[in-house]
Amino acid sequence: MKKQIPLIITFIAGMVMVLQFFIPHRPFSDLQQLFNSWFLIITVFAMILGLGNLLKVHTKRLQRKPKGWWYSIVLLAGFAIMFIAGMVWGIERGTFFDFLFWNVHLPMSSMMFALLAFFVASASYRAFRARTPEATLLLISAILVMIGRVPLGNYIWDKLPLVSDWIMSYPNMAGQRAIMIGIALGIVSTSLRIILGIERTYLSGK
Amino acid sequence: MIETLGIWIAALLTLCILSFLYKDNPFYKFAEHLFVGVSAAYWAVYSYFNILLPNLIQPLFGQGQFLLIIPLVLGIMMIMRLFPKVGWMSRWPLAFIVGSYSGYHLITYLQSNAVEQVRATLVPFVQIESWKNLFTGPGVITFLNAIAIPVVIVGVITGIIYFFFSKEHKGVFGGLARIGVWFLMIAFGASFGYTVMARISLLIGRMYFLLHNWLHLI
Repeated sequence: MKKQIPLIITFIAGMVMVLQFFIPHRPFSDLQQLFNSWFLIITVFAMILGLGNLLKVHTKRLQRKPKGWWYSIVLLAGFAIMFIAGMVWGIERGTFFDFLFWNVHLPMSSMMFALLAFFVASASYRAFRARTPEATLLLISAILVMIGRVPLGNYIWDKLPLVSDWIMSYPNMAGQRAIMIGIALGIVSTSLRIILGIERTYLSGK
Repeated sequence: MIETLGIWIAALLTLCILSFLYKDNPFYKFAEHLFVGVSAAYWAVYSYFNILLPNLIQPLFGQGQFLLIIPLVLGIMMIMRLFPKVGWMSRWPLAFIVGSYSGYHLITYLQSNAVEQVRATLVPFVQIESWKNLFTGPGVITFLNAIAIPVVIVGVITGIIYFFFSKEHKGVFGGLARIGVWFLMIAFGASFGYTVMARISLLIGRMYFLLHNWLHLI
C-alpha cells in the first residue's frame, strides 16, 4: 500500500495531464484545471516542509550550541520579523513588509548575485587558458560577446557589436538548440518512465 | 526619515556581503544568515497571499468548495515528512506532484523544445537574398549573414550527433561529433560572456546605489 498507491496516483495524474493535450474537452480539460490548482496548493505545502526543516535545523543548533550558533539566532529572528510583518500588516505597498523587502531582502539578493561577478572573473581566468582548440573557441566566443556589448567594442571596430550579435543569433543558437533538443528527449523518456512506474527513485529510492 | 533609515540598512547590508571579497568574516556570515531567514519568510508570506489564500482558503472556507479538502489533506501529508514515523505519508502528495509535472512537461517539452526547434531548423539551406547582398557588397557582415543558416543547420545536426552516445565517436561520426563540440563550446562561451555581463551589470547597480543613494558622491 505504501508503494502501490503512490504509483497509481502518479499514473493517474500523469495520464490526465497527457490526455488533456489530445482531448481538450470535458472531462479532461476540467480535470487538468483542477489538477493544476491542486498542484499549486501542494507545492506550497512542499515549501512549508522546506521551511519547517530549515527552522528545525537552526532550532537544534540553538540547543546544541556548536561554533557560530548565534548566527542561527540571526536567521530565526530575520525569519520571524519578516513573517510576522507580512502576516499581521499585509504585503501592500507602504507596509513594514514592503519596507523590509526593499531595504533588506532586495539589496542583499542583488549583492549576492553581484558578488558572483568576482568569482566568475576568477573562474574565467582558469577557464580561459586556451590549452585546447575547444577552450580557444570558448575563449574567443566569450570575449567577442563581452567586448561587443560594451562601448569599447564599438570603439575598437564598429562592426564588433554586429559580430557579437551574429555569434549570439547563429552559432550560439545552434549549440543551444542541440542542447534543448537533447534535454527535451531526455525529459520525454524520463517522464514516460515515471508515469509508467518504471522509474521509482522519487519514492525514497525503493 | 524612514527612507534614510532604509538606505542606511541597505547600504550596511550591501557592505557586509561585499566584505566576503576580503575573506569569510562575521559580517558576511551575519548578512548571509539574515538573507536566508528573510528570503524564507518572504516566499512563505508571498505564497500564502498569492497561492494559498485565493486557491485554497477562500474557495474552501468562504465558498464551500469542499473538493479542495483533497489537496489540503495531501499538503498536510507532505508536511508529515518532518516526522520520521509517519514520513511515508508524504509519498502520496509527492507522487501527485511528480506525476502531474511529468505528464505536463512530457508534452510541452516535446512540443516547444523538440518539435518546434526541429521545425525552426528545417529551413532552406541557401538564402538567395543574403548571397546577393554578399556579391553586391562584399564584407565581413554580409559574409556572416550569407553563411548564417548553413551554420545553424550544421551546428544543430552535429550538436545532436555529439549527444548520441549509442555509437562510438570514431571515423566520420566522430569527426561530426567533434564539429558538434565546437558549436557547443561557442554556445557555452557566448552564454558565459552573457552571464558575466549580467553579473557586472548587477554589481554596477549596487556600486551606484552606494555612491549615489547612500554617499551622494556621484
